[in-house]
Amino acid sequence: MDVFSSLADGFAVALTWQNLLLALLGCLLGTIIGALPGLGPSNGVAILIPLAFTLGLAATPALILLTSVYYGAMYGGRISSILLNIPGDEPAMMTTLDGYPMAMKGQAGEALAISGIASFIGSFFATWGLVFLAPQLVKVALLFGPAEYFALFALAFATLGGLASRNQAKAVLAAGLGLGIAMIGVDGQTGVPRFSFGEVHLYDGIHFLTAIVGLFALSEVFLFIEHRGQGGDENRSEKLKLGRILPPMKMLKDTSGAMARSTVLGFIAGVLPGAGASLGSFMAYALEKKVSDKKRTFGTGDPRGVAAPEAANNASAGGAMVPMLALGVPGSGTTAVLLAMLMALNITPGPLLFQKNPDVVWGLIAALFIGNVMLLLLNLPMVGLFVRVLMVPSKYLLPAVAMLSFVGIYGVSGSIFDLEVMILFGVLGWALRKLDVPLVPVVLGVLLGNQMEVNLRREMTISDGNWFSLIDSPLSIALWTVAIIGFLLPIIVGRYFRPKMADSDEMEIANPD
Amino acid sequence: MSDRILGGASVVLAIFFIWAATQIELSFLSDPVGPKTFPIIIGVMVGVAGLVIMLRPDPEPQWPALGRILEIVAAVVVMVAYAELLPEIGFVIATAIAAAFLSWRLGAGPIQAVIAGIAISVGIYVIFHLILGLSLARGPFGF
Repeated sequence: MDVFSSLADGFAVALTWQNLLLALLGCLLGTIIGALPGLGPSNGVAILIPLAFTLGLAATPALILLTSVYYGAMYGGRISSILLNIPGDEPAMMTTLDGYPMAMKGQAGEALAISGIASFIGSFFATWGLVFLAPQLVKVALLFGPAEYFALFALAFATLGGLASRNQAKAVLAAGLGLGIAMIGVDGQTGVPRFSFGEVHLYDGIHFLTAIVGLFALSEVFLFIEHRGQGGDENRSEKLKLGRILPPMKMLKDTSGAMARSTVLGFIAGVLPGAGASLGSFMAYALEKKVSDKKRTFGTGDPRGVAAPEAANNASAGGAMVPMLALGVPGSGTTAVLLAMLMALNITPGPLLFQKNPDVVWGLIAALFIGNVMLLLLNLPMVGLFVRVLMVPSKYLLPAVAMLSFVGIYGVSGSIFDLEVMILFGVLGWALRKLDVPLVPVVLGVLLGNQMEVNLRREMTISDGNWFSLIDSPLSIALWTVAIIGFLLPIIVGRYFRPKMADSDEMEIANPD
Repeated sequence: MSDRILGGASVVLAIFFIWAATQIELSFLSDPVGPKTFPIIIGVMVGVAGLVIMLRPDPEPQWPALGRILEIVAAVVVMVAYAELLPEIGFVIATAIAAAFLSWRLGAGPIQAVIAGIAISVGIYVIFHLILGLSLARGPFGF
């Protein structure tokens, strides 16, 4: 099969010393980033992008580094969930429910081990899913014209608003803000400046990296300043005792069903634009509770309650790569950040990527397999190392994050104006998070706004201004239908998913995936 | 109340955005849609969303006490000053001061904060400038 020969070529790309080292570095950094409360996959990857650039990495190595961070963060999030009852990042929220009780019972080592294995299973099979599903999606995407692309972008925003947020109006507002920001600067097709109000710095538009780093990383710093002294760093070291590092065989057998179900569910949640890892792990936990909580042990330290969300959030990371690579539409916050990096490297993900740069795609996929094995090895025997990292208190971590954000943006643009725009985005991100306006649609809007407009105008040019040409092919009608259903269904059937997740105030602190 | 203000502000923003879109000058190059239409669609979207938020607000979020808001403002001021002073006094000094301030405001003692600031600054300088060769702002002393 040609999938396998492509994959073999991919391994040839990935198995260079440089790429292996970058994968290892990414896995290490990713696990640390995931483990530290305050840094999650999206803002962790966001502060690393400008650095990957300034190192002058080519597309494939840069992508390998950053996706390893993404996968690694999905592993790392569980560590502080289990040991400290503080999710290291948002997708690891559900892991606290049974992970922390297990740690309280003296089973911290078992909980970490079983969740590490669940993470491996989730991402291993999800990467296979990526191998087989992405080329199929590419075949469909090759039939896309501008009208279909326009509909696809609309679909991404609609499902993002429908599934992943509690208030559709706020999701629309967020998307509109992002799209509006993307409009700033000289119009690519006619050469006239738009919304720049005579400010020369705005002619180039607002760089999406500036927006992303500000929204994701700096806003975190402001949130921590706001919450200083609440649920502090005290007494951490006492809780960080482990015990055994391998799970008993019986526990593995008991949790295998949970892992299998959650992997499938997580992968699907990842592929859907907007659903993402947090929703995936939530659904997996809820499903597992329905299926196997016969003795009502969930919530009191049941290993299956640890395995399910962890398998799901790692599987969704793999799933989220599918639409990002095949369609150029990210399925989660972190893949949006990855997309930003590819665009900054002048590579446009989408069906043509598979034809023009198969080495990038398959090299990346091969690197994901390799990275996943590395992560398993790092996270089982060496988990103690990462546990020690948790003792870094946020009063030292967050200033470093802030300074790295500045270094990164300064390294890319060298412009003081951009640094100030980034600060502005940091404040905006803080305010939006307080007001419960989701940040991912903003980022997606900034990223995709120009492409969305280009596709609209291209279609209008082809059809000579006939707006109905947007909906005159079966494919685009199908996409619009899914978009409308995805947006309206949650309003009609009640907001089933998010409200239950959002009970705690910690939601705003946790990171979008 | 917060949501009503958010919604109202969004409506104002949308009106301003649509007005600004109508002010876009047209060039001799043109296409059937032109550079104004898509921004106007976005403006309408934001406006409608703002109205809905204004009419159906969510429960009030927990705003921090005034003191904390002032601290956030202070952090913003320090960051802007940092950005402005970066080319003047150089990366290492500016970063040490800014990082020390943030670390102090995040709960470190004054001496701890100074040490943390210097450590963060020198650490970044060594790793990114000396080892990785990233160019950082140079001050009067060359660092």
